[in-house]
Amino acid sequence: MQLNRESLLKAWRDMVTIRRFEERVQDEFSKGGIPGFVHLYAGQEASAVGVCANLGPRDHIASTHRGHGHSIAKGCDVTGMMLELFAKQGGLCAGKGGSMHIADLDQGMLGANGIVGGGPPLVVGAALTAKTLQTGNVAVAFIGDGASNQGTTFEAMNLAVVLQLPAIFIFENNGYGEYTGAAYAVGSHDIAGRAAGFGMPATKCDGDDFFAVNEATREAVERARAGGGPSAIEVDTCRFYGHHSGDAQLYRGKDEVRRLREERDCLKHFRRRVTEAGLLEIHELDSVDAEVASLIDQAVAAARAAPSPDASALLTDVYVSY
Amino acid sequence: MTQKTIRQALHEALAHEMRRDPRVIVIGEDVSGGAGTAGGRDAAGGVLGVTKGLIGEFGEARVIDTPITESAIMGAAAGAAVTGLRPVAELMFSDFLGVCFDQIFNQAAKFRYMFGGKARTPLVIRTMIGAGRSAAAQHSQSPYHIFTSVPGLKVVVPSNAYDAKGLLIQAIRDDDPVVFCEHKLMYDLKCEVPDEAYTIPFGEANVVRDGRDVTIVALARMVHYANEAADKLAGEGIECELIDPRTTSPLDEDTILDSVARTGRLVVVDEATPRCSMATDIAALVAEKAFGALKAPILRVTAPHTPVPFAPVLEKLYIPDPERIAAAVREVFGYRR
Repeated sequence: MQLNRESLLKAWRDMVTIRRFEERVQDEFSKGGIPGFVHLYAGQEASAVGVCANLGPRDHIASTHRGHGHSIAKGCDVTGMMLELFAKQGGLCAGKGGSMHIADLDQGMLGANGIVGGGPPLVVGAALTAKTLQTGNVAVAFIGDGASNQGTTFEAMNLAVVLQLPAIFIFENNGYGEYTGAAYAVGSHDIAGRAAGFGMPATKCDGDDFFAVNEATREAVERARAGGGPSAIEVDTCRFYGHHSGDAQLYRGKDEVRRLREERDCLKHFRRRVTEAGLLEIHELDSVDAEVASLIDQAVAAARAAPSPDASALLTDVYVSY
Repeated sequence: MTQKTIRQALHEALAHEMRRDPRVIVIGEDVSGGAGTAGGRDAAGGVLGVTKGLIGEFGEARVIDTPITESAIMGAAAGAAVTGLRPVAELMFSDFLGVCFDQIFNQAAKFRYMFGGKARTPLVIRTMIGAGRSAAAQHSQSPYHIFTSVPGLKVVVPSNAYDAKGLLIQAIRDDDPVVFCEHKLMYDLKCEVPDEAYTIPFGEANVVRDGRDVTIVALARMVHYANEAADKLAGEGIECELIDPRTTSPLDEDTILDSVARTGRLVVVDEATPRCSMATDIAALVAEKAFGALKAPILRVTAPHTPVPFAPVLEKLYIPDPERIAAAVREVFGYRR
């Protein structure tokens, strides 16, 4: 399917927003402005954006501990996200979730997740809601290669097939589960093949190529909306940072990250592709870049200026009523 | 009014709420049963028998048989709850929490707090507790205290059919995740239950009997054992006040504290193991907030700190009984400094 100019510009805006957001988070984290842990998504942008370009605000996604990219691609407010990472009032989760639990149910974003493999069963539930209430919505689980080995993921895939739910399992294989290689930890070396074994269509695609991810997802989403049940896609991708911000990455090859940034940068691929094909002009892309830079600056400024949560927030929102 | 069993009362509560609200679904292993078999659907109706017949009225879309897949059931129910359904998920035996606890205590229970107050998770987990069937160590536990210790969960432990119906309807209408514990030896226990729907608020204990001498707090099946003990003790001139909290989260602290303020003596009866238990929790509550009123040490009558044994002779020793409860009451009643 040919994407129109607006869709392409939006895809570029989302991918650049994720990249600049993560670079800035790394910077601010190093300076000590962000408490806790952050897991950065830079390098994988084409996956989140290629998938979410097929979704509407009423479709649901569940994310992973590496959740900023999925959040931005699904439409979460960047300033609200930055406020949340800085643990400030006005954050998407009122400063009570942080990077690992960032969520916005109004945007259909069911949360990053501190538990590897925590999300897939929840997505089965969101897909069950869609099927039961006949909303036509779909639900997408983003799953790392690490979580592809978790039992919850297997159970979620099986139940989605048994109940023929509009669920899509996106396996983002970035080659590492924490500090261990997928080459070691994924026994079959074939996540898509394993998903197919559960009885659903499963494909692999090049995660450096927005268009490949977008097209594979489009087919899966169309099938799910038409009542054709779940699908899985294994996205071959790479991460430019460590498992978490501050990870010394002693387990990675000497030149690995530099080479990945040169050869497998999905933003560079997209930019070259759309300009060479005459789909977008360079000045249009540059203009988006400038807007995004300004947006991130504003978000950080707002996050620095915002007050911390009031002490009373400690005890609120445990229950709706108690 | 008609006499109904706890099984009938629970079934009525589910049917009422499924008629009232199309978002209410039932999901679990064998909740109708027989899918993919020659016997056909509703061949089981749940190992508990509570959900039998629901599929006939509400269909496969709302009475959902799953594979044996507790993590996916709990997670799907949590995900469905936070996106618009009101699922009643069955965790057949509460012992099975071991294979699905993450989806309950890290996901469903924490959504609202982690997401800054935006999530509502109207999820009910019905689960079976209790020893007494020689079902041994992995099918006999009463781990309501584990659920109770989790902020974000509510926990219901009914002791009779009237309460079971009103509390289950309340649980289904509640906007927070609720773990609803049903004792496996009590499904056939009868009392008068109205035909219509009614609710019993959470956090309101039932004072089963009034008495001036000793307060007994008991849960689930232990309410009945405590009542037997109290009958016997009344013949000896000891008047017990028996309190059934009905929900352990929220816990009706006031009713317990008010009672101890009058009696000055407390025995807590709990079928669960004693460490970090409801018995210990209630004892700590009273020690902290009613210390001045106490005329005797608080005694706990509980299972021992062991797995549930298989041999009937050992299991009988494991479960607190009316004799042990009566002995504890006599001890605190006769206590002299």
